[in-house]
Amino acid sequence: MILLATSVRILRQLRHDRRTVALLIVVPVLLLTLIYFMYDGAGNTFDRIALTMLGIFPFVIMFLVTSIAMLRERTTGTLERLLTTPMGRLDLLFGYGLAFGLAAAVQGAVATGAAYWLLGLTTTGSAGLVVVVAVLNAVLGVALGLFCSAFARTEFQAVQFLPVVVVPQILLCGLFVPREQMAGWLEAISNALPLTYAVDALLQVGRYAEPTGEMWWDLVIVTGAAVVALVLAAATLRRRTA
Amino acid sequence: MIEVRDLVVERGKREVLRGITCTVPTGRVTGLLGPSGSGKTTLIRAIVGVQIVKSGSVTVFGEPAGSAGLRRTVGYVTQAPSVYADLTVRENVRYFAALYGLGAAEASRAIDDVGLKDAAGQLVGNLSGGQRSRASLACALIGTPRLLVLDEPTVGLDPVLRADLWGKFHALAAAGTTLLVSSHVMDEAGRCDRLLLIREGELIGDDTPAAIRERAGTDDLEEAFLRRIRERVTA
Repeated sequence: MILLATSVRILRQLRHDRRTVALLIVVPVLLLTLIYFMYDGAGNTFDRIALTMLGIFPFVIMFLVTSIAMLRERTTGTLERLLTTPMGRLDLLFGYGLAFGLAAAVQGAVATGAAYWLLGLTTTGSAGLVVVVAVLNAVLGVALGLFCSAFARTEFQAVQFLPVVVVPQILLCGLFVPREQMAGWLEAISNALPLTYAVDALLQVGRYAEPTGEMWWDLVIVTGAAVVALVLAAATLRRRTA
Repeated sequence: MIEVRDLVVERGKREVLRGITCTVPTGRVTGLLGPSGSGKTTLIRAIVGVQIVKSGSVTVFGEPAGSAGLRRTVGYVTQAPSVYADLTVRENVRYFAALYGLGAAEASRAIDDVGLKDAAGQLVGNLSGGQRSRASLACALIGTPRLLVLDEPTVGLDPVLRADLWGKFHALAAAGTTLLVSSHVMDEAGRCDRLLLIREGELIGDDTPAAIRERAGTDDLEEAFLRRIRERVTA
């Protein structure tokens, strides 16, 4: 119940901030449109890149939004206060995961819809699975954002975690260089990064009509990584501070 | 009752509390008085159980401060209003009510109690400083806690509101609530049933306002506080 109340509270905060909602919904569509014109006439390159981006956008955006939201809880004293109430640490963290996961579902549905109907994205598998992967990626972004915000004391520091935690995952997920062409040690790092599996799941949807075993396995890994990050975030959330 | 024994707290390299021992009686308004930087907030944080302490103990109603059983018992208002600026007053108080498993009726009661009924639908970010701190207080009144710990709750309030709030504190105490209220304003000291005077991390007075006045031989509490400090310096 406390978990649900917390999710509702976070979504209410979001609702009062209409500009953020507009940015969350519109920006991915605009960026996909940009990619559409960049690869105009380049065959099926657009399909591959747009599909990958549908997974990367929610991951990056939710990572940023969550890091800042959690840091605000710390700096305004609301976190300290919440920890003197019956609320459990997991109520707060999973509350964030649920709230931003729902926001990501809306964002993912709009972006995926625009990609298929306006920009002519074609995949062999179903668009619904693309939205599912997008939402899981958003939850992964939320979880990593919650974890990283424990190590940031200011907004400036929190934003710096984006190049540290997020950018390497984007570089090594197979978008720029196919993973099998990477040097062995790079591929090994790539294997250890959760975004790699999310992108692989999307490419499986692009290639096969029916969900494959590899895709399900990818989704399990992404979900597992999100849960591990949430539990680690709970471990770094201390009731008592100096 | 709150019992603090030999409490030592370090923040950074500095000893902020240097072995404080005191008690806060049940059903009374106890004032925690001292200049800015004297350690009031640190002592309060130790009592609500969010402060890492070096040594000593704090028990609240017989349980160690911060234990799970106390989280329904203790209401805490931080010095800076810790409410969500991007929610309305009502949304804030309802959220805190939900944390205690309570509903909209309890939230409305708390909002009425602090006199924010007319501002209930406004975003906290658009309120004045005084309204904001009352919104923060409303969140702490949820579930009628047995202990209310208030860190400088009347800063920036106009005199009428201040008098109202002190009236409210005494009404709560009369109903059995224990209150610990910090302030650096001496004219509020006279409104307390009991005073803890703290300076540079040490307790320099623990008595009723009348006894402190009598011992110092003056009716002015500020003057009494000063004499107490001089006594200690020369001693």
